[in-house]
Amino acid sequence: MLNRMIRWIPALLCGGLLWSASAYAVLEIQITQGIEGGVPIAIVPFKWTGSGAPPGQDVSAIVSADLARTGRFKLLASKNFLERPHSGAEVNFENWRSLGVDDLVVGQVRPAAGGAYNVQFQLFDIYKAPTGQDIGKPDYQIKQLAGYSVPSRANELRRTAHYISDIIYKQLTGQRGAFSTRIAYITVTHGRKGTLYSLQVADADGYNPHEVLNSPAPIMSPSWSPDGSKLAYVSFEGGRPAIYIQDLATGARQKVSARKGINGAPAWSPDGKQLALTLSYVDQGNPEIFVLNLATHALRRITYNSAIDTEPTWSPDGKSLVFTSDRSGGPQLYQVDASGGRPKRLTFDGSYNARAAFSPDGKLLAMVHGEGKVFKIAVLDLKTGLFRVLTDGREDESPTFAPNGSMILYATVYKQRGVLAAVSVDGRVRQRLQLRDGEVREPAWGPFTD
Amino acid sequence: MSNMTKVLMVVVLGVFLSACGSSGEVKPGSGAPVEDHSQGLPAGGASGSGQAGGSTNALPGQSGVSTDALDNPSSPLATRVFYFDFDSSEVHASDRPIIAAHAQYLASHPDTHVVLEGNTDERGSREYNIGLGERRAEAVRRLLLFQGATDKQIQVVSYGEERPVDPGHNEQAWAKNRRVEIVYKRGAQ
Repeated sequence: MLNRMIRWIPALLCGGLLWSASAYAVLEIQITQGIEGGVPIAIVPFKWTGSGAPPGQDVSAIVSADLARTGRFKLLASKNFLERPHSGAEVNFENWRSLGVDDLVVGQVRPAAGGAYNVQFQLFDIYKAPTGQDIGKPDYQIKQLAGYSVPSRANELRRTAHYISDIIYKQLTGQRGAFSTRIAYITVTHGRKGTLYSLQVADADGYNPHEVLNSPAPIMSPSWSPDGSKLAYVSFEGGRPAIYIQDLATGARQKVSARKGINGAPAWSPDGKQLALTLSYVDQGNPEIFVLNLATHALRRITYNSAIDTEPTWSPDGKSLVFTSDRSGGPQLYQVDASGGRPKRLTFDGSYNARAAFSPDGKLLAMVHGEGKVFKIAVLDLKTGLFRVLTDGREDESPTFAPNGSMILYATVYKQRGVLAAVSVDGRVRQRLQLRDGEVREPAWGPFTD
Repeated sequence: MSNMTKVLMVVVLGVFLSACGSSGEVKPGSGAPVEDHSQGLPAGGASGSGQAGGSTNALPGQSGVSTDALDNPSSPLATRVFYFDFDSSEVHASDRPIIAAHAQYLASHPDTHVVLEGNTDERGSREYNIGLGERRAEAVRRLLLFQGATDKQIQVVSYGEERPVDPGHNEQAWAKNRRVEIVYKRGAQ
């Protein structure tokens, strides 16, 4: 039935991750602004073909939420459906045309051996017309954009759903989806025992949060290794800052810097072999940028200036570092060769530009932009010099790009509470991510891992 | 612009917190060993004021009446927090005589140690604020050294905006949070 368009996907994931998951709550995501005239699409709830109770995770609902969250689609409410097909041969395309949708997704979840599943789905372009070689083919084969059968282990249906979202998103936008990636962030809760800081990692949709570390002392500045297997971060446990690298699968960690003074702002190099960081041990009260070789532990000093030099970030090609310095009086962004040399000033708009983040293609730089006493996220196009303020908060900080470059996630304050927000690079889509209780801050969007 | 404000998912899996470790304890994943490559501080160094929210009050005398000026609430030494203007590390003129009194105390008590904890308000970027907090603490340290304290007596740690005394998001809170605290470590070393 799904014959030639079915492509078998190798089992998605092997081996679960080991976590010290003890205390967590899920981030709730709200779309606060979507695109006017997003692509109208219908996703028919997938049919469970098994005899017993359907699986706990609703694949088509997760896919719907993924696509809606991007703000680029307008999902048709299922109460308006005229039919509920589960495979291409059952679709009457006239029905969907009359409802004004451009694209349609149908599918089914089938039981497989050992409690596993096979998720089959098809994506159709309602308006796709036949070409010469389509003569004699049924309508659904002509209009099909993608059709897959995805094997899924029992506990991996969410992951399978995100994988399906990635396929649909790529088909419809031409851009790689980031639904299967993860985010790290810091939560802060105020309880009876005082303030508790927690470093957490969750799926990009806020689900499956896991605690990496908790501490009564501040935790700061999480940075992903480029392969997504480790986090570097700053922890003040013991009353002094130190930089740690922690393996997410095993929990094992290394203390990589605990020098006198500041040990801050770790940033992994794109090749995974070096860590840029901020240290002040050479000259107390004077933070400078260094690069630490993770294999040899050799330190290379990058900046030489009595100003605050901090917040290094690597260009995606690994050839240069962008950092914050107040050498001109207030904080501005500078770029320097990764081997050192004379930094070049990049920002001239306003009196406060700090904490740069590169877009994955290296073309854009997101930053914290101060206007008077208000701080927003701005983006600088490095080629054209075009500078745009993207957000409208008062205390926006810690921008981080999605690995496909589509969205910028950042921290903000909403109703007196620390929350995360995301904005599309064109400013047209906005989301808010918040915890039921406590504050969340310092998001770091993880890399693609396949 | 359409304002959809649509709640797409509302799930709370875990109950926030509870049995995850007693206070004062740091829990890395699976309790795996920490490999130390940090060429760091010698163990046993004064380890900062650490966990409890910065102590700004005079230390209580351990056994009844104390004659130590540190325990005298009307001494200038009872003032241990110094405030700063936005994005500034300039010590206020009114704080200088108080810092001088601390310097004199340290000069006459060479076994006494302090930690200078630098703090900022929440505005701006976090790691830049760590730098700013250290610069503020450094400004106080220089005054202490200039007036008789020795280098060995003083440690500096910057918490940036991470440990506000007032968690509010307003001018009043920010003014309280832009500060350097002198934390005495009597008998610690």
